[in-house]
Amino acid sequence: MRAQLTTRLGSATLALAALALGAFAFVAHAATPNEKIDPAADAKAFRDYFVTKFPKVKLDDFVNGPYSMNADMRKQWEAIEQFPPYDFALDEGKAMLSKPFKNGKTYADCFANGGIGIRQNYPYFDEKEGKVVTLELAINRCREANGEAPLKYTKDKMAALTAYMAYTSRGKLMDIKIPNDPRALAAYENGKRYFYTRRGQLNFSCASCHVQNPGRHIRAETLAPALGILNAMPIYRSKWGALGTISRRFTSCNKQVRGVPLKPQSEDYRDLEYYLSYVSNGLPISGPSSRP
Amino acid sequence: MRSLLLISGLLLAASTPARAAASQADFNAAYAAAAAAEKQAGTLQDQWTTTEADLKAAKQAAAAGNYDKAVAAAKEAEALAKASIAQATSEKTRWKDAEIR
Amino acid sequence: MASTIRVRAVSSGEVTEVQALIQHPMDSGYVKDSHGKIIPPHYIQQLTFEHSGKNVLVANWGPAVSKDPYIKFSFKGAKKGDDLKISWVDNKGQTDSTTAKIH
Repeated sequence: MRAQLTTRLGSATLALAALALGAFAFVAHAATPNEKIDPAADAKAFRDYFVTKFPKVKLDDFVNGPYSMNADMRKQWEAIEQFPPYDFALDEGKAMLSKPFKNGKTYADCFANGGIGIRQNYPYFDEKEGKVVTLELAINRCREANGEAPLKYTKDKMAALTAYMAYTSRGKLMDIKIPNDPRALAAYENGKRYFYTRRGQLNFSCASCHVQNPGRHIRAETLAPALGILNAMPIYRSKWGALGTISRRFTSCNKQVRGVPLKPQSEDYRDLEYYLSYVSNGLPISGPSSRP
Repeated sequence: MRSLLLISGLLLAASTPARAAASQADFNAAYAAAAAAEKQAGTLQDQWTTTEADLKAAKQAAAAGNYDKAVAAAKEAEALAKASIAQATSEKTRWKDAEIR
Repeated sequence: MASTIRVRAVSSGEVTEVQALIQHPMDSGYVKDSHGKIIPPHYIQQLTFEHSGKNVLVANWGPAVSKDPYIKFSFKGAKKGDDLKISWVDNKGQTDSTTAKIH
């Protein structure tokens, strides 16, 4: 239950004060225009940071989010996984994948290997269009190309289908590619910028919780580490009583820091997914998964 | 004695200028300023939900004819929107400080 | 129509452990939809597990139980290969049942 902490203006004053104080602690580091974007170096530094911070956690286990950080939660989760709450959605997703569109075609006509065992390749950079294509975006493009209405990005059918596709990739390692294309590098860098940028009245960035405080609590929740955080998607959250997609989590996280969310699959969100997935390359897909 | 108190009371009341109630024009000006700031925050992809809530509350109060409340909410919305602009502007360069290297 | 009941029953020595996940909206009747209208109550009222003609567990549920309920319990007196019958009835009179083998 969220408590009304202070008046909005009071919070604004606090936020402004925080910004001002922060300004004094500011160490000048503006990116020079010629600073090279080196995703491989970023990924290594990213992984090293978490592995060093949590020496007892096995690398593959980071994808289990809070359960890799808290033994009691883990026990409860293992009990839940004996009869996962997303079981029904998996059946729904499987049925969706093979059901023909009105024009007789199926998702198999849009996806490699009929959509089976390919989730770990998303998102990818579409060099023809010059943009990042996520799995959710690809699914709706497939639908629209075959005369079907697009699905809502955040839950229900989109969640069920991405859940099944993730399930068929379980255990496969995240394998995001960044082609040697300045536009791809720019998209990657934009995703990284978004990840570390503070936003919302509460002045949090994604990194504030998932880099600086994994394993700690925010109100009653245990924070997940950013490493491998998308590998478990989509997630069945007890809080939602349902499955939610990557789009759902991005928009809800924005709202939780009192930031007006972007539209699902906006450029910044897609670039964010590109960055976060890339720096988690080599970790296994564990989706769909349960979370508190 | 009582009449003396009464007279001093009246004098005090008369000498304290009553604050003028806000008018619809005041509200329109305040709301326009707030909306403009919020629009700018939008171009920076950093609008706050609380700003939006205040703008909505301001509109509702004005529709009900309560211009004092409407102007107060609009002014608060403007302050929040400006704070969000300051945040987005500052974060353009500051995000790199948080980056894992 | 696919069964709403997923069940797993495993026997070990004297004790049989049963887990079941049931697909049901379990609407309490207190929640409003996006248009502000109350979603009418729709929840399981009784859930029964039957073995060898005897009820080994009867649950009297109501609106406080969440959507897609999960239940886990153990009982004695069954062995591998026995049948376990599960059935439920809700406040609208709808029902479903299934029979599972104890492993």
